[in-house]
Amino acid sequence: MTDAVRQFRDFFVSLKLTVFLLVLGILLIFAATLDQVNLGIWAVQEKYFRSFFVLWRVGDVPVPVFPGGYLIGGLLLVNLVSAHAYRFKMAWRKSGIFLTHAGLILLLVGELLSGIWQQDFSMRLSEDEPKNYSESYQHNELVIVDTTDAANDDVVSIPEGVLAKGDVVQHPKLPFRVVTKLYYPNSSLRMHDETKAAAGTEPPSPATTGFGTRVVAIPLRVTYKQDERNLATAYIELVGPEGSIGTWLVSTHPDLLPQAFEHGGRSWRIAFRPRREYKPFQLTLLKFSHDRYAGTDIPKNFSSRIRLQTPNGQDDREVLIYMNNPLRYAGLTFYQASFEKDNPKVTILQVVKNPSWMLPYVACALMTLGLIIQFGIHLVGFVQKRRAPRPVVA
Amino acid sequence: MKKYFPFLIVLVVLLGVGAKLLPPKNSGPYDVVGFGQLPVLENGRFKPLHTVARNSLLQFQGRQRVVAADGRELTPGEWLMDVTFHSDLADTYQTFEIVHPEVLAIFDLNPDSGLAGKRFSFRQMDGKLAELERQAKLAFPVESAVRTTFQRAVVQLYANLLHYQRLKYTLVGPGRDDFLGDLLKFQENLPAGIAAIQAREAKQPYDEKAFAAIVGVGEVIEAMSKTAEILVIPPDTTEADPTAWQTAGAALLDTFKTKQVSAAALAYAGLAHAWRLHQPEQFNQLIKLYRADLAKRFAPQVAKAQAETRFNVAEPFYSGLIIYALAAFLAIFSWLAWPETLGRTAFWLVALGWIISTGGIVTRMFLEGRPPVTNLYSSALFIGWGAVALCLVLEYLYRNAIGSVAAGTVGFSTLFIAHYLQLSGDTLEMMRAVLDSNFWLATHVVIVSTGYASTFLAGFLAIIYIFRGFFTRSLDKATADALTRMVYGIVCFATLFSFTGTVLGGIWADQSWGRFWGWDPKENGALIIVVWNAIVLHARWGGMIKQRGLMCLAVGGNIVTSWSWFGTNMLGVGLHSYGFTDAAFVVLTSFVVSQIAIIALANVPLEKWRSFQGGAEVRSTPRPADTASVR
Repeated sequence: MTDAVRQFRDFFVSLKLTVFLLVLGILLIFAATLDQVNLGIWAVQEKYFRSFFVLWRVGDVPVPVFPGGYLIGGLLLVNLVSAHAYRFKMAWRKSGIFLTHAGLILLLVGELLSGIWQQDFSMRLSEDEPKNYSESYQHNELVIVDTTDAANDDVVSIPEGVLAKGDVVQHPKLPFRVVTKLYYPNSSLRMHDETKAAAGTEPPSPATTGFGTRVVAIPLRVTYKQDERNLATAYIELVGPEGSIGTWLVSTHPDLLPQAFEHGGRSWRIAFRPRREYKPFQLTLLKFSHDRYAGTDIPKNFSSRIRLQTPNGQDDREVLIYMNNPLRYAGLTFYQASFEKDNPKVTILQVVKNPSWMLPYVACALMTLGLIIQFGIHLVGFVQKRRAPRPVVA
Repeated sequence: MKKYFPFLIVLVVLLGVGAKLLPPKNSGPYDVVGFGQLPVLENGRFKPLHTVARNSLLQFQGRQRVVAADGRELTPGEWLMDVTFHSDLADTYQTFEIVHPEVLAIFDLNPDSGLAGKRFSFRQMDGKLAELERQAKLAFPVESAVRTTFQRAVVQLYANLLHYQRLKYTLVGPGRDDFLGDLLKFQENLPAGIAAIQAREAKQPYDEKAFAAIVGVGEVIEAMSKTAEILVIPPDTTEADPTAWQTAGAALLDTFKTKQVSAAALAYAGLAHAWRLHQPEQFNQLIKLYRADLAKRFAPQVAKAQAETRFNVAEPFYSGLIIYALAAFLAIFSWLAWPETLGRTAFWLVALGWIISTGGIVTRMFLEGRPPVTNLYSSALFIGWGAVALCLVLEYLYRNAIGSVAAGTVGFSTLFIAHYLQLSGDTLEMMRAVLDSNFWLATHVVIVSTGYASTFLAGFLAIIYIFRGFFTRSLDKATADALTRMVYGIVCFATLFSFTGTVLGGIWADQSWGRFWGWDPKENGALIIVVWNAIVLHARWGGMIKQRGLMCLAVGGNIVTSWSWFGTNMLGVGLHSYGFTDAAFVVLTSFVVSQIAIIALANVPLEKWRSFQGGAEVRSTPRPADTASVR
């Protein structure tokens, strides 16, 4: 073994590296906690934990200023695995440490996998209205639906990211191109002011058809607050071989319905909405309950009684979802997340897909057991030492 | 004599504390205690009127003692009776704390006109309430975290005065000389009065006298139903829901439907009558009758209200506070003289304080029907309790008074923090839906609090090491080694508990929000404690730190734990600002600075430490306290 290789090995198996990485970890977590005030929880996770470097923008150039979660976690993993591989000895005294670290490895891997795999959706259910899809919290899609066939809709979905880049989309199922004229990641809508338009102080709307001719979109700063949502708006022009068909205003504003139009002898609809994920089953809200403590508005419990049905009829049953009691079904977990203040017949569930959700449980069991064994050994040693006769200090 | 000294001291203290445990007695002819024990429903919780009075007073003025202008002292129960039954009188009691000079300026007041320079009466503010309201309305739209100290003080005082006004309307119509007479006349005139009202509405001739008799009282009742918030009138026997209590005003408004004035409302009006006209016998008789009637249908609520009143009066945590302080003092003194005697006394005092705290915590658990930790206040109680329990074990094993000093100081500090936390309101509040899980409260919250407690304890033991080593000559090798073993052992314990507790929190989050880990401030705070403890252990195992290094890192544990306990909460407020003006923020910052200073002190070269001066690193000055452990 050359010196260089030995130094390399010694570096990766050393406890000094462990301590150094843990210190970096604390600094990273602390900075990320403070930055939540500015960025909100989602952006912080991307910036600090699900990255190799924390980047600061100097002008337009991102400059890495600190190792990110993936780098620190990855190095800790390497350090841990190599240290154990190098020093591994089968001994009872070491079993606690071994179990603890095996659990830790699993925990780090689990967090990595959740970062990659976990998806969050929301599902808004109205009483007695079956639904078989959930909607993304963060991602939207532009959909253009061919509704000519009464039995089947033909949906073309264009992700929000494509609109944001301003790419022109041509799709084999669409007899026209989709051109994004304007895109606002967050916006508010208000009615077009006729008097101002007449006076020439309000520019004409880019929309030529649909309600966009009557409504004006005002761009807003993107919000990171947890209790606010971004409402994306875009002006979309559809261009056929004979030229422009029209420009529509589309928005994820919840009150807006899809806009219908006719082209080439077929019926179409266009809408901008949270990305949907369809399920092989449907849920129907039977009853939403919101209990309060007597004489107060302090919530005591929220619960949703829901009917769960699959098309093949294999499952058809009632389930009750309430605080601290989610429904786990078909690899998804449904939680009672929220409700609408002025509509007691609506419940909002959070739907989480995380194939690795069991890993933390296993990891924690291993680590707790490992720590108990490790410190138990210490404790027994300490007690035995105390019992042994000790020379009285003269 | 020396042999009995510990026994004597503990006995004296026990007698002092024990007096408060006896059932409370009335000091005058009125059954004020019985009044205080009457159950009412406030914020979803059944509680005795005594608690309503006590919490209101703590919130208004930071203490429960009320002194009238003539020097007479009132119990919280007497004060509440004057507020509700005799508000003219209560308006003259100086029970509102105002310290902000600009707020005082609103009322043209100066500190000299207040009790102890800071407590003022409602009467003193009376003329300028409109201006206060205007200022409060200016401050409301400002997010609480970015309000100026003036705005905070205005909003706080406005809320207190609103609460005070609400209290006045809680039991009877305020400002009426004889509300009982009003109600009886109301009952009598009701049929004729209703007929008159109906006739008037139909624009027909009506009996004006009957109309006036009803409408006058009706207006008072309506004001009561709109103003008061505490539900004081139990449902009648036909009502199946035992929580369907009403405000007195609402119950009296129901009279128009039921044609019968509520018996409970009449009872309170009768109490007001007897209190105003100085008729203790009638007063006591009414209390007895009303309680007996309540006990028939609400036996558990009545029993709990009684227990809670006794708990309020017993003040176990206040006693604990004093006992811990005394114990810490004696234990520190034992390092200077009579180590054996004073050490034993301190140990038994700590044990006594701990037993009293245990009793207090268990009583709270019984009253609330919950595991010990449900809010910040109870976390302070529990963290202190856990740390003192660990100290008792340490002291039992080592018998060198270190455990007692740590126990006394940590126990005192946590109870002191708890004392300030309780000023913000009811400490036995109902749990919001997402926290409503006894299983997770009992596991995650208790275990993670134990983790906090032990991390703090390790830090405090390290401070003892540093202080004794630097400032005194008493840190001999045996003591230094014992402290090192203690700190190391406690850090191990802290690692286990903070890790397990944090992980259980993750599992709870997975159960209720669908993710194991969300990187939110509280979770991050707990994780930082775990990682910090891991750093201490790994640095020790890797030989990167020795005794002093271990102590420095353990003191650092105090910083991360205080951040996780309080700092992350400050962050949560408003999400825009840290609330730099908060008193709590100032306290937290000074604590962190003090810990950094201690770490800096520990890094002063050893030859400057008094215990290590003269190169005698290994000092063998045997102390009786150390040899005692071998027995």
